Amino acid sequence: MAHDHDTLIEEEVAMQDDSWSGGKPPMKASYGKLMMWYFLLSDAFTFAGFLIAYGALRFSSPTWPIPDSVFSTAPFGIHEYFPGGHAPLIFVTFMSFLLIISSVTMVRAVQEGHRENQGGVSFWMLLTILGGLGFLGCQAWEWSNLIAVEHMTVTKNPFGTHTIAGQYLHPDGTLSDDTFDGGDGYLMHLAGAGHHGHGEEDHSHGSYDGEYSLTVDMKDGKMDEYVDFPGYRINKEGYILKKFKAIEGENEGQVMSEQMGPKAFGALFFFITGFHGFHVFSGVVFLLIIMVNVMSGLYAERKNGYEMVEKIGLYWHFVDLVWVFVFLVFYLL
Amino acid sequence: MADLKHNDEFLIEEVKFADVMEDGFHDHHHGDKYQSNFITHYIFSQDHKMIAKQFLITGMFWGVIGGLMSLVFRLQLGFPEASLAWLKPILGKWIVVSDGVGTLDPQFYYALVTMHGTILVFFVLTAGLSGTFSNLLIPLQLGARDMASPLLNMLSYWFFFLAGAIMFASLFLSTGPFSGGWTAYPPLSGLPQASSGSGAGMTMWILSLVFFVVSVLLGGINYITTVLNLRTKGMSLWRMPLTIWAFFITAILGLLSFPVLVSGLFLVMCDRELGTSFFLNEIFVGGQALEQVGGSPILYQHLFWFLGHPEVYIIILPAMGLVSEVLAVNSRKPIFGYQAMVLSILAIAFLSFIVWAHHMFMAGVNPFISNIFVIFTLIIAVPSAVKVFNWIATLYGGNIRFNPGMLFAIGFVSLFISGGLTGIFLGNSAIDIPMHDTYFVVAHFHIVMGVAAFFGMFAGVYHWFPKMYGRFMNDTLGKIHFWGTMIGAYAVFWPMHYLGMAGVPRRYYSFTTFDFSSQFAETNQFITIAAIITFGFQIIFIVNFFYSIFYGKKQTTRNPYGATTLEWTTPINAGHGNWPGGIPAVHRGAYDYGKGGREYIPQIEPVSDEEKLFDEEHAH
Repeated sequence: MAHDHDTLIEEEVAMQDDSWSGGKPPMKASYGKLMMWYFLLSDAFTFAGFLIAYGALRFSSPTWPIPDSVFSTAPFGIHEYFPGGHAPLIFVTFMSFLLIISSVTMVRAVQEGHRENQGGVSFWMLLTILGGLGFLGCQAWEWSNLIAVEHMTVTKNPFGTHTIAGQYLHPDGTLSDDTFDGGDGYLMHLAGAGHHGHGEEDHSHGSYDGEYSLTVDMKDGKMDEYVDFPGYRINKEGYILKKFKAIEGENEGQVMSEQMGPKAFGALFFFITGFHGFHVFSGVVFLLIIMVNVMSGLYAERKNGYEMVEKIGLYWHFVDLVWVFVFLVFYLL
Repeated sequence: MADLKHNDEFLIEEVKFADVMEDGFHDHHHGDKYQSNFITHYIFSQDHKMIAKQFLITGMFWGVIGGLMSLVFRLQLGFPEASLAWLKPILGKWIVVSDGVGTLDPQFYYALVTMHGTILVFFVLTAGLSGTFSNLLIPLQLGARDMASPLLNMLSYWFFFLAGAIMFASLFLSTGPFSGGWTAYPPLSGLPQASSGSGAGMTMWILSLVFFVVSVLLGGINYITTVLNLRTKGMSLWRMPLTIWAFFITAILGLLSFPVLVSGLFLVMCDRELGTSFFLNEIFVGGQALEQVGGSPILYQHLFWFLGHPEVYIIILPAMGLVSEVLAVNSRKPIFGYQAMVLSILAIAFLSFIVWAHHMFMAGVNPFISNIFVIFTLIIAVPSAVKVFNWIATLYGGNIRFNPGMLFAIGFVSLFISGGLTGIFLGNSAIDIPMHDTYFVVAHFHIVMGVAAFFGMFAGVYHWFPKMYGRFMNDTLGKIHFWGTMIGAYAVFWPMHYLGMAGVPRRYYSFTTFDFSSQFAETNQFITIAAIITFGFQIIFIVNFFYSIFYGKKQTTRNPYGATTLEWTTPINAGHGNWPGGIPAVHRGAYDYGKGGREYIPQIEPVSDEEKLFDEEHAH
């Protein structure tokens, strides 16, 4: 008898737990959290569209810049302390670390929310905001370095990749002992730009600015054709393309010149990291608003475990997750 | 206030629900705080029923604009020699008059074709159809007070309105609206200097579409959440009416496909404004090579059609849902194969995401890849056929009421078959080679997703008009509207198949200069005349609609059709919150017609002991 009775109760409980049968939200998910999830799902498709565009353009391009050589500088000359003056991916590792850590602090904020601990929520949200701001600051430095120092724009990409091994010429056209292999990256400099304090001794980055810079008469920063010199030429945008002697392949023995890197790299980099950065920026703004609300006691009154904090947390983790993919395609692959 | 007064006057039946879900809702007899004045009631309303009406009437406005555009370019195609000088007062400089003969500017012809497509696909058949009926029926048929977030729902309409306002303004640009086709392929969309409509016209087109996507997402997120979270007690997923299933899946399609369109549009915007070359490669303008190199116009097509193909199902699925419901109610029979209907919606939705490249067979896609897309495309015929057979089986042996809603629902089935069959032709890449970009394609998609979706919409409007306005539309005018539209639509689009099979290309301004197409001059005349007459029948509908809002036959009983679903358990002209008191609980599926000798059993009625016995005996 007792056994039968228990079974009956179990069935009844099972019926009540069938949260899909209407009258209550399935799995107790609030509508607000569901909506955030669906928004993030759609946003994921937007980013997927961009990353697919990235893949399509990258794999239709014969060469692609080498991340290790493109992203090898750091602020305050820190890269100078690394072997060869290169700090490949060091700075971006730091900024990624900041963002990931800000996700950890976000988790703590949500946890304190469940405990209805107003002070804890505010404290951990503040740290999260600082992490987000730090990331944005790093991105600002990275962009300004790429744009102002290395002269990459959405339409011009000075980061190239050698497809064959070769030997550079001196500016006067004589053969230097500076060689490179296929797959090595290089950075073309803008004539007359001067690159003091950055990679002056750095061969793979091309570093003869001093010797090249005064040789060209620039007209409004643009020229009609290539200007040819014995050991290099300057294209109409003013970038110095160094000449070299091919030492392998079908053109072995011929003198060739560097080419501008694929345009799509700059456009995709600025667009996709910019779109992600805009997400981080929006996230910081929302975090600030919600933190102010937390401190005002608005959510404490609602007694729903600081659900708003949880919702912005979902968004924040999503932005973090997207960065993982952006990081993967631009910095690792 | 006004609505509630109506309630008191016409509440003839007292409905007692067997079981209610108490949710602490208090019915305010003096309107609620969200609807206390004209602006919050009629303009910035958060009531899903009012938002539905806003979507419908805005959609009708756009339907008229888009339809009139098609008449102008049909006049050009049907009567290329005739003077259009009489249109000069409306179209202004786009009609060039010389020696008293007015001709349509070819550039504007393309703009008209482009705008016709954009307006009909997005503003009428997406917002006007899904926006209207998802809003009206999801809360009512599920037993919810309103959408999960009425505020976002209101914003969804106003973003749509903003999108429309921008698109409307672009019609008046001195360089004309965008004219590169509704698909906006680069380079016509990617280079502001490519054509006159590619400048400001395209910028506004992109802006408008981005706001439109915001509207779709706000709406879609709301619809999905409402369906999952706000069903009344007992309304399990498998008891939902097919309308809800259709809106639910449509919202998911929109949620996953529109963001990818936004990706494409943002990248086009960069190509236009920042000089990037995502989609541009080796283009010569005026003999000069452009700087943009390395981009891929095919990439845009992939991004566009990843939206574009699900989009046609975003258009047709709500129509299918409405038709299923109207057919069952007016045949007085359960829908045939309810679960098969749901599963076929799911199958169509899934497949719709993996067939997009069948729009690109001729765009330079690898033929091997084409084969894969052919296979998936043809598989879509299977769930589509399941639905068609189930509709016919629902009608079979039914006690059919031929009211206008039902006529349009039956017409939908006819059109869906006619248009679907030509889709099997076009889905084969080998047959698509001669057929692509001809009038065969135009005929196919106009019948299967254009006119058919309109028929679904008309079925819905006639059927649920009492739910919106507490009155009926005029039956006789409705039947005239149906027969005129049914015959007219076939008269317009049937002959286009022959043009297409002869190889007559679409989007041409004039066919008189080519021998092979000039023989179709009279066919084109016939099509144009049929289009004008068919448009005339739509005016009957519009007159009927607005007349009936104020002077139609009043609804006197809560459930005039003897339907089982929940929307007919609310008071006539229900206020915000839909049900005074508790929400009725649900005890059965939505299609208990002709069961146990009873004509219909509403969903709110508990299952009786005899029924349980009957069901057990007939269980498989």
